[in-house]
Amino acid sequence: MPNEALSTKSPKQLVNAAAKRDHGFRNEKSHLMDKIMPIALFLCAALSIATTIGIVATLIGETYHFFEKIPFIDFITGGKWSPLIDPKSFGIWPLICGTLLITVIACLVAVPIGLASAIYLSEYAPKKVRNIVKPILEVLAGVPTIVYGYFALSFITPIIRGLFADAGVFNALAAGIVVGIMIIPMVCSLSEDAMTAVPRSLRDGAYALGATRFEVALKIVVPAAFSGIVASAVLAFSRAIGETMIVTVAAGSTPKLTANPLESIQTMTAYIVQVSLGDTPHGSVEYGTIFAVGMTLFVITFLLNILAQYVARRFREEY
Amino acid sequence: MSSIFIDANRKQIAGRRRIDFSLKLLFLVATSIGVIALMALLIDIITDGIHMIRPELFNNFPSRKASEAGMKSAIVGSLYMLLIMTPLSFLLGVGAAIYLEEYAKKNRITRMIQLNISTLAGVPSIVYGILGLTLFVRELHLGRSLLAGSFTMTLLVLPIIIVSAQEAIRSVPKSRRDASYALGATKWQTVSRSVLPSCISGILTGVILAMSRAIGETAPLVMIGALTFVAFLPTGPLDSFTVMPIQIYNWVSRPQASFQELAASGIIVLLVMLLLMNLSAILLRNKYNKHI
Repeated sequence: MPNEALSTKSPKQLVNAAAKRDHGFRNEKSHLMDKIMPIALFLCAALSIATTIGIVATLIGETYHFFEKIPFIDFITGGKWSPLIDPKSFGIWPLICGTLLITVIACLVAVPIGLASAIYLSEYAPKKVRNIVKPILEVLAGVPTIVYGYFALSFITPIIRGLFADAGVFNALAAGIVVGIMIIPMVCSLSEDAMTAVPRSLRDGAYALGATRFEVALKIVVPAAFSGIVASAVLAFSRAIGETMIVTVAAGSTPKLTANPLESIQTMTAYIVQVSLGDTPHGSVEYGTIFAVGMTLFVITFLLNILAQYVARRFREEY
Repeated sequence: MSSIFIDANRKQIAGRRRIDFSLKLLFLVATSIGVIALMALLIDIITDGIHMIRPELFNNFPSRKASEAGMKSAIVGSLYMLLIMTPLSFLLGVGAAIYLEEYAKKNRITRMIQLNISTLAGVPSIVYGILGLTLFVRELHLGRSLLAGSFTMTLLVLPIIIVSAQEAIRSVPKSRRDASYALGATKWQTVSRSVLPSCISGILTGVILAMSRAIGETAPLVMIGALTFVAFLPTGPLDSFTVMPIQIYNWVSRPQASFQELAASGIIVLLVMLLLMNLSAILLRNKYNKHI
């Protein structure tokens, strides 16, 4: 009989059973810790839920106060954003337009370069090259955004002003390019992860049929890893929308509806920084704009992140 | 007949080889863009700022004159912030990771927490600033203080620490836990004396990664109102403060060339600190790996 018990119970259950019989086996302190720790650890994990609730509650609460004073319909349809200077108007579109302009430029830079780097690293590069390039990309990802802001203003902007005479000191193009450089490592490492997950047998099959490396990469690996690649692009888009210091430093502070990348614009994030640097009294309409704009930013990035997770899971090819 | 086919085939194969080769070059060029960008960034900053690295930068407070301005209060502020933030985020983050990996049952609440953590990692940092402004600065009446800033940063880096600690804990083989149970250890004894010591290097690497993220963050601290001009050292956790990235931002946003150079020199100090942190992460990892 005891042998049967041994075979059906896990070690932990056996220990618990032994502990019930023999109280002198372990001291009181360890019993106490085993009662307290699960609860304490659960509270640590629950803090993340509390953080989310805190973010949502904060944004909703203050945004609600804001929309008591400013009609929601003006906010969502208005084409002019000047909440600090009279005559005041609160149309969010110029900020969204500026944000999109930066984001599109950044993705035009980051997605092709990131994807091409990922293909090179996963399909072509010898191990030696990988071991050098991957840490460099990691360093690139770890550079603080304020440093990128300085780089945009002191290095990229002069080049752009040299190429295009009518470019301003602050322009969307320089900021967008540098945001793009910042998110290259993210696109690259996420797409590369997706590509390395493609089983070797698929590649070998194609090589056996006489395919070149490029044909294998384009017709086998990229389609098989497509969901991961799309997810990485969506995440990059979301990351570019939320980027703050580069655009604050290099893109200017003039909210306007324009598609011209050589003009000075303002993004949602840069506006929030501008207001919080000034001396805005708590409870005023100007103070409320932080939360209304923050809410818009949060909702957009949140939806994009959900979309990325959905794409990665829904369209994943299983092997 | 057959020779025509073979010729056509040869031509086709040569064409495909050419495409393959030129695309390989293209991909290589694309990959080197990232590397070149990093080099350009470093060279740009070093040539602009290296001559401003002088004792005044570390000994002086900010000043209206670029020749006298330093970042003493910013360096001290950043270090104090790390000092409060690191133990806090370590305990909370590793605690959450242990719960999720060792204690949590596979149910809806666990899945929700897990999904929530990955969502939080994607929230823009400025949104954490908005949370910190409302929750810590206003509701908890901490004011625009070091403590409010450190708490905000703790929330910001928690997802990073949790995810990396989870990966580290998951890498510990089940046999280690079974061995501990077989010796009569309780669950907590197993976790604290067997599982954690064998993956502490992985956990510490994640913590240092989180610290280097925090030391470079600007936007959330601008939100909670870390000041841009601080001519004193904080003496307690409720004092107002500034940090290195904010001081750099302040200098970058001034039009004078001398302040731009000052900003570059501040960036060099920040980057050297980041480098040292990452080096210590590597050293720590190697040291602990030898013990196991």
